[in-house]
Amino acid sequence: MAKEIYTKYKMAKYLRKEALPTALCPGCGGGTVLNAFANAIDQLRIDPRDLVVVSGIGCSAWIASPYFLADTLHTTHGRAIAYATGVKVGLPDKKVVVISGDGDLAGIGGNHLLHAARRNIDITVILVNNFIYGMTGGQVAPTTPFGAVTTTTPYRNVEHPLNIAETVASAGASYVARWTTFHVYQLIESIKKALTVKGFSLVEAISQCPVQFGRRNRMKTPAEMLRWFQKNSVPISKAKTLSPEELKGKIIVGELVNREKPEFTEELNFLIEEVAKQYGLGDKNAD
Amino acid sequence: MIFRGDEPEQIGLLKKLYPKGNYFMQGDEAIAYGALFAGCRFYAGYPITPASEIAETMARELPKVRGYYIQMEDEIASIAAVIGASWTGFKSMTATSGPGFSLMQENLGYAVFTETPLVLVDVQRSGPSTGQATKGAQGDFFQARWGTHGDHPIIAISPTSVEDSFWETIRAFNLSEKFRIPVVLLADGIIGHTREQIRIPDPEEVEIVYRKLPANEEESKYPFGDVHGDLVPPMPLFGNGYFTHVTGSTHKESGLRDVYTPEVHDRLVRRLHKKLEVHETEIQKWEEYYVEDADILLVSWGVSARPSLGAVIEARKKGMKVGLFVPKTVHPFPGRRIKELSKNVQTILVPEMNLGQMILEVQRFVREEVPVIGVNKIGGVPLTTEEILKEIESSAERSRHRSAD
Ligand SMILES: Cc1ncc(C[n+]2csc(CCOP(=O)(O)OP(=O)(O)O)c2C)c(N)n1
Ligand code: SF4
Repeated sequence: MAKEIYTKYKMAKYLRKEALPTALCPGCGGGTVLNAFANAIDQLRIDPRDLVVVSGIGCSAWIASPYFLADTLHTTHGRAIAYATGVKVGLPDKKVVVISGDGDLAGIGGNHLLHAARRNIDITVILVNNFIYGMTGGQVAPTTPFGAVTTTTPYRNVEHPLNIAETVASAGASYVARWTTFHVYQLIESIKKALTVKGFSLVEAISQCPVQFGRRNRMKTPAEMLRWFQKNSVPISKAKTLSPEELKGKIIVGELVNREKPEFTEELNFLIEEVAKQYGLGDKNAD
Repeated sequence: MIFRGDEPEQIGLLKKLYPKGNYFMQGDEAIAYGALFAGCRFYAGYPITPASEIAETMARELPKVRGYYIQMEDEIASIAAVIGASWTGFKSMTATSGPGFSLMQENLGYAVFTETPLVLVDVQRSGPSTGQATKGAQGDFFQARWGTHGDHPIIAISPTSVEDSFWETIRAFNLSEKFRIPVVLLADGIIGHTREQIRIPDPEEVEIVYRKLPANEEESKYPFGDVHGDLVPPMPLFGNGYFTHVTGSTHKESGLRDVYTPEVHDRLVRRLHKKLEVHETEIQKWEEYYVEDADILLVSWGVSARPSLGAVIEARKKGMKVGLFVPKTVHPFPGRRIKELSKNVQTILVPEMNLGQMILEVQRFVREEVPVIGVNKIGGVPLTTEEILKEIESSAERSRHRSAD
């Protein structure tokens, strides 16, 4: 893979200039995810006119809207995937992408996440997992590590975090990968794959929130958080050889699943053609 | 989807599938057929009594006209998918009942604020909470109006019979498309489950309205701007390369979020309200029976309007001067007409299947001297003609006494 070091921000053409500068804190991993997504779109030569980006509520939701220059739907908290389902059925030939936070997609919106994976609808979800509710001030999230300190777990978190990628994989997604903002190039590759796979795909991007999470958990600077990601990440192939004790507190990165199975909107359209033909409408694709 | 331009094919198909003539069906089914004739080609929902037959009918019929049915994981997802589909150009609908309607409220507000056309059917059932799950009621009058948060306008329509359900569903779609606003169809479990004869028309007899699209690139830049001076912005649909930004946050005419400038919020929210005010006469619809010389006026809606009319006819036979006013558009409430009518009456009776909801709207428009009396029944059983007639008779009695004093 050819690694390119940028001296000038080449991806600015994909951004809504009137919405800049972004409201993200300096050093927020959201910027990295936005950059990775823009690069993936660029490398795949996807025309942004063929993109609809949907997000919920939270800092991570802003990555997609308003900043990305495409049709963007900034929805209610937790519901982005459900909105995106309607969009995809209406525009089956477009790329429908959901970018939002862990609280948004796996907390309040967890149900929609599971069911979209089960349906295997062709939507790409980029879930930005920063272990915290950033926008509302750093409250505990369904992904907050056991023992971590947040504004609503001031002593320590006594809940266990949800393993989102594994959960979505077992719910039936076509493609699931997990990387951190330290693994920028792998992240771009996975987003590219997710965008090309037919079916539900999830890329979990573990991302730093130095302001609301790092600061309270002995990682004040973005660099400290990235170093933590680097030190604690274990590739999936290696993780398979390690014991649960050895994997404690580790972030397993890589591709969890990549498989083909019938996709929802396509099946829906097959069904409609079948029924419509039976009841009198001609085949739309045949002349 | 009835695409503009696809009509001849779709009309032929509707004619073939549902030939003009008399049918025997439930209110719920009539709503579904009304939606099909109005051009609805996307339905997302979640089962709930007494609204499930709408979903079942849509699941069966939609694919025949190349439309989409999805059963979502809950009501929140259902209305969310409907909003998403609407932005791709579909005329879209969801249907639910009490508890499901409560779950939809946040996204209903989103649809109001983003001016997304859709039809939300609430087949009212007895509440609060799970209540008498299978029984009809009229307890969601204000939930339709004020269920979602913030200052917002809404259109709500209530049908009075099975055939009326067909036509009012079509009207709900037309208003929704014309004014870019979600329209709530306040149906109820009793009509929803009652079977009656209805006449299905030729599709050509049905007036169909489409949302306004941007005429050019320039117009597409203001998805929330009053570009035509009629307060209804053209809707740049997704997938057309407009790079439209839609958000439930306060937004400028361009769609971009601005939550800090008081004027931006004020301008947007006031335009949304004004949009309905200016077009009120097109939105409002009501029926009047024997109101010209009435001493006693009944104001009743939905399922209760039927026995109310029965009672008025019986009362007239007995020589009493009784009239009936039935709002078909319940929000915005046709208060002005009620105000006019109330000038010449002695008493107003408001029959409804709740402990008094629409009566509060009626009272707002009636001068103090005229008593406004509720005829209320809860428990899942509709009001009867006899019960209403009894109230008419005792009101007549009371006013005789009053005039004797
Ligand atoms: C229904 C509802 N509940 C709560 C909120 C408040 N809220 C806004 S953002 C947010 C959390 C977002 O967290 P996450 O998705 O992890 O995104 P982050 O800000 O961390 O990127 C919450 C709870 C809301 N907007 N709507
Ligand atoms: S609060 Fe955290 S997640 Fe939100 S912008 Fe700041 S660093 Fe990023």
